Order: sequence, then structure tokens, then C-alpha cells
Amino acid sequence: MCLAIPARIVELEGDRAVVDTMGNQFKAKTTLLPHTKLGDIVLVHAGFAIQVIEEEEAKKTWQLIAEIDEFSDTQNRVSG
Amino acid sequence: MLERIYKAQQLMDAACKTLGRQINIMEVCGTHTVAIFRNGIRTTLPKAIKLLSGPGCPVCVTDQGYIDIVLDLAQRDDCIIATYGDMIRVPGSNGSLETKRSAADVRVMLSSTDALQLAKDNPDKTVVFVAVGFETTAPATAVVIKEAAEEKRENFCILSGHKLVVPAMRALLAEKNDKIDAFLCPGHVSVIIGYGAFNEIVNDFSRPCVVAGFEPMQIIEGLAEICRQLSQGKAELKSIYTAAVTEEGNTTAQQLIAECFEPADGCWRGLGRIKKSTLKLKDKFSRFDALKRFNITETPVEDTTGCRCGEVLCGLIDPPQCALFGSACVPETPVGPCMVSSEGACAAWFKYGRKKQR
Ligand code: SF4
Repeated sequence: MCLAIPARIVELEGDRAVVDTMGNQFKAKTTLLPHTKLGDIVLVHAGFAIQVIEEEEAKKTWQLIAEIDEFSDTQNRVSG
Repeated sequence: MLERIYKAQQLMDAACKTLGRQINIMEVCGTHTVAIFRNGIRTTLPKAIKLLSGPGCPVCVTDQGYIDIVLDLAQRDDCIIATYGDMIRVPGSNGSLETKRSAADVRVMLSSTDALQLAKDNPDKTVVFVAVGFETTAPATAVVIKEAAEEKRENFCILSGHKLVVPAMRALLAEKNDKIDAFLCPGHVSVIIGYGAFNEIVNDFSRPCVVAGFEPMQIIEGLAEICRQLSQGKAELKSIYTAAVTEEGNTTAQQLIAECFEPADGCWRGLGRIKKSTLKLKDKFSRFDALKRFNITETPVEDTTGCRCGEVLCGLIDPPQCALFGSACVPETPVGPCMVSSEGACAAWFKYGRKKQR
């Protein structure tokens, strides 16, 4: 459960942000990263941004997640 | 990419040759465990390299006594239990939150802030937040504790099950399993504590500590770096997860933890009591401590199920060596937490082929 997911900050008001990861948007807080800005890509864990990362790095993770989703989709199809 | 894999293989082979014995590398993080299985990394390693899944899944290391307290609180009709989804199926001495759900008010949260909001929305109930997790998750709890204090919120409290990774690694080496040659250190815990935090393991126990991210290539190169050190007879601290981990970590998060919590002795499943390995609320926030609010004393519970999670978490046995594995204990009806959590070693062994893995 220590996994953090990369997401882009698409709205920011005080420490309340809306972030986007692969088209899914959800709320997150930036309390632990006081200097983040709109447009930054952050690692989000349990509703909190914990680190800013480069887009390149985020893309690698997003790609991995997409592969896993496809993988479990195929598995579901096979078993279902 | 191929070149990198080739180089990693060379380093691993060299270590196997130089040491001429089994090399035990423990991955401390449950997310690593899953990534290693999912990508079939174990099957690509030289036979002499043995990967052990350590106490790195917060659900798996939560002891039964803690779950029993949560279950007791869930029986009260003046309480709402707010928990991360991971905890809901973990068995206590008598059932889990899931089996108690019909009689109790149990809500699954994605964030600590939702738990505090739940308290605001339900002023006539007390919300008990089941605060588990390592250093990655503890800051999220600290933030809401401070918020609750500022708002003078009376109907909110937490049951702290937060744990610290480094004291557990120390206890493992000192008391449980000195056959561990090196650690593949957790990526996202290190984002918070900084890779510098593992210096004491390197210095006091002479074991290589390498922080890696979660992509397959990062994991393979992390293992290769460990092998390079071992074959040269060295023990060094290194992070190859440079994209997210710094030496000092997230200092804002560390300060928040330090402001709200202090390290206390505490129980880990399988590892027993470890000195200064858990986080307890500081006195000035004690009114948010569920133990104090409901006057609960923690009593150690003896596990009588036959579950061998403790030995699994210490790297002493592989899950299939447990007699219950795959028979009485399967993901749908887990006996122990290592089978409940998707990051647990037993669940990973079960899901990703029991025979093919080593
Ligand atoms: S297989 Fe089940 S009972 Fe055995 S150690 Fe793993 S979780 Fe415990």
C-alpha cells in the first residue's frame, strides 16, 4: 500500500488540488509539497502529493499501469 | 535495454561465482514483491540468487491484537470505523471488518482527509480512523491530526498502527535472520525518509542497501548493484531511483510526523515487539488517540491458526512451506494477512504460479 501514482495537477487552490492520472481525475492535497505549482506532475499516495517528478518518469509508470490493466483485462476475458 | 540486461546478468553471475553459495536478497517493500512476481523476475535470476519478501506490506505486519481492538470498536454503536480498503479483510481472533460489516458502520477511505470529513458530516458519532502504513502514509495522518486539533474536532480519533521501516530491518538482522545478505530498499518510503535513512543498516550491519523504483529494469539493476557490491566484498548505500528519491527525503513530511508522533515500542506480526518501531501520538494530541479515548490496553494475542506469516516475513520460509498455503488458506478465504493483501508474499506466490517461482 506504499505505492504512489504519478498525476498531473490540473487545478490548485491553496493546498487543495485536482490531479489527473491517465484521464482519471481525483482530489489530492499538496500540504507535503508546499512549492508545487499548477501543471506539475506529482507522486500521489493516500490522497497526498509526496514528490514532484519529471514527465518522462511519469510516462514510464503510466505505461506500466496501462500494460497491467490490459493484462488483467485479457485474464478476465480468458477466465470469464 | 538489452545491453543493460546483459550487464546486470554479468554482475549477478560474477557474484554467484565469487561467493560460491546462495545469495539472499530481501526486498523490503510489498510493491516490489508484486512487481517482481508480475514481471517474472525470479525466473530470470541465476539459481544461487534467492529473493526473500520482507516485512514490507503494512497490512501483513499488523498484529492480531491491533485488529481485535478495531473489531471491538466496530461493535460500538457510537463509532464509525474509517479504514483504508487494504485492512478490511485482515482476520483478527474472531472475524474481520468485512464479516462484521453488517453489524458495524465501517467505511472504506482513500485518504485520511476523507475520514476527517466523515467526522464533520456525522457529529453525533465518533469516527475512528484505522491509521496504518509506513512512513509514506504517516504524514497523511499527521496532517489530519493537526487539522482536527485546529478545528477542535471532538468526534475524531485514530488508532495508530503506523510503523517504521528501518527499526524492523535492524530487528530482522539482529534477532531473526542473519542470513540476509542485502536489502533492496523501498522506493516510496524512501521518497519520504530519504535514502540516507538506510545508512545505519550499512554501517552497523555491513549489508548493501540499494533503493530502487518499481519498473522491472530498476529492480533488475538494483539487484545487479547489490551483486556488484557483494562480489567486491563491499556494503554501500546507493539509490538508483534518482527520479523520485533524494538523500534527505521530504523534510516537510518528516517534520509533520515529528510534530504529531513519537517513536514507541510496538508489536509486529511475526517479528514481535520491536523497540521504537511504531508511531504513537504525542501527548499534546492524546485526545485524538483512540486507545486513550476508549481506555483500551493493548494485550498481545497468541495466533493459534497455524499461520506462518511471521516466518514468511522474516524470510525464513517460502509461503508454500506453510501447510495451510493453497488449501485452507487462499485469497478468497485467507487465514493470515500475507494472503489477504495483494502485496503479501503468500498472495503473490499463489497468484503468480506456485511451481514456476523460486
Ligand atoms: S499461506 Fe496463509 S496461513 Fe500460511 S503463512 Fe501465508 S497467510 Fe499465513
